[in-house]
Amino acid sequence: MARIIVVTSGKGGVGKTTTAAAFSMGLAKRGYRTAVIDFDVGLRNLDLIMGCERRVVYDFVNVLNGEANLNQALIRDKRSDNLYVLPASQTRDKEALTRDGVQGVLDELAKSFDYIVCDSPAGIERGATMAMYFADDAVVVTNPEVSSVRDSDRMLGILASKSRRAENNEEPIREYLLLTRYSPERVEKGEMLSVKDVQDILSLDLIGVIPESMAVLNASNSGVPVILDEESEAGQAYMDMVGRYLGEALPHRFLEVPKKGLFRRLFGG
Amino acid sequence: MSVTAPQGQAEQAAFELRATTFTLPTLRLFSADLGELSCFLETKIQQAPEFFRNAPVVVDLSHLPEVALDFPLLVGLLRGLGLLPIGVRGGSEQHRETARLMDLAILSQGSRGPAAAVSAKAAAPAPAAAQHGAAERPAPAAGPAGKLVTRPVRSGQRLYAQGGDLVVLAPVSSGAELMADGNIHVYGPLRGRALAGVKGNGDARIFCQDLRAELISVAGHYRVSENLDPALAGRPVQVRLQDGRLIIEAL
Repeated sequence: MARIIVVTSGKGGVGKTTTAAAFSMGLAKRGYRTAVIDFDVGLRNLDLIMGCERRVVYDFVNVLNGEANLNQALIRDKRSDNLYVLPASQTRDKEALTRDGVQGVLDELAKSFDYIVCDSPAGIERGATMAMYFADDAVVVTNPEVSSVRDSDRMLGILASKSRRAENNEEPIREYLLLTRYSPERVEKGEMLSVKDVQDILSLDLIGVIPESMAVLNASNSGVPVILDEESEAGQAYMDMVGRYLGEALPHRFLEVPKKGLFRRLFGG
Repeated sequence: MSVTAPQGQAEQAAFELRATTFTLPTLRLFSADLGELSCFLETKIQQAPEFFRNAPVVVDLSHLPEVALDFPLLVGLLRGLGLLPIGVRGGSEQHRETARLMDLAILSQGSRGPAAAVSAKAAAPAPAAAQHGAAERPAPAAGPAGKLVTRPVRSGQRLYAQGGDLVVLAPVSSGAELMADGNIHVYGPLRGRALAGVKGNGDARIFCQDLRAELISVAGHYRVSENLDPALAGRPVQVRLQDGRLIIEAL
């Protein structure tokens, strides 16, 4: 049986899609058959970040409406045979998502995949609630600033009360905190909440801290999930996150301001 | 406990509880448009300003369809016009809950006499003046009626312990709301709102390990975080009502 993971946050622009792309690629790289679904119907982005935007024929809504079957809509990633992308529709709106329809798609995917990653849209409306309703695990993506933390907290409340697991009184969704765009320099200057501050407020298991990095922007622009950029700190941090999700005990990295030597000062790091 | 009339124990006849019938003006709402209502009321009041000055008024919502009504705004509007809104009749459960939180009486629709009057009669022979605050309703039963919460209470969540205490063993985030007819205990940081004794039990208290609440309230007497002493943050405190004033003290 596949495990369904929702990548969510409440707030927009915190790195949900970047995370969904990197995380699903990481799981696929580890040999797990993984599908990643874009729930942001009307504002699809995942195909861009995954670099498959020019191969989209059918989308999630076509499948929900029975206009295409799942195999026609799933796009196999060129870099990993284990990874498939189900893009969102750009021409519909989120009303196209029905609970029965989504369940049907997830059930069918569950037959042949190990992990199903759901990339949630921002907000707490239909798209977001659909993305998280069937989840087993949730990665709550949060930036170290107060409004993002509060929105994540709100999302955690919804996860705890309005998901399938909550409604059926099953074991609650496993929730993980992923801090993104973390800048130790700015934390040191007091301009940003620290890991500890955020954990104090959200009291949640920390699955990773992704440092603010140019590599993320470059990766998005070139359609390569940042986890494939093994040189970059962000890529390494995502690899650690995948390892922790799979149960490995890895220390958190990139939390301190790196001590730059003269060489690195001159040539950047 | 908190309110003890000095001569309460000495004389049996310190007070007498009787059911009395009053004729009260009732404001029956047909629309939730408060702007319109405000205009209409103002003209009405100008016709007989003396009659309306400090006049107690009951708001009747039973003819108002299930629409969103900004109840606190309505009460503010009436008070602003010099009226004294004292109770509510009809309306949705949500309206009644808001009314309760604003210390307004919930009046019945007619045949079913107000529960308050009946229970007050029954309670009348009790000599303890301490019953005073709870006289309108039977004191909430502690123990089994309470609620125990072990997971964090997140922003946007509301928990209500009906008829008892609410015990939370986890953090309460800002934007979350705790309500109880009885006491509230929080054994994690309290950053949200906590309203104890929401049905008017002035003996209810709030206990918490780390008070950073947005708002605390006992029986409708509230204080917002701006008016909380920052020196109390991070220390175990209790919040109680004494002579109509909220007392916040370190434990």
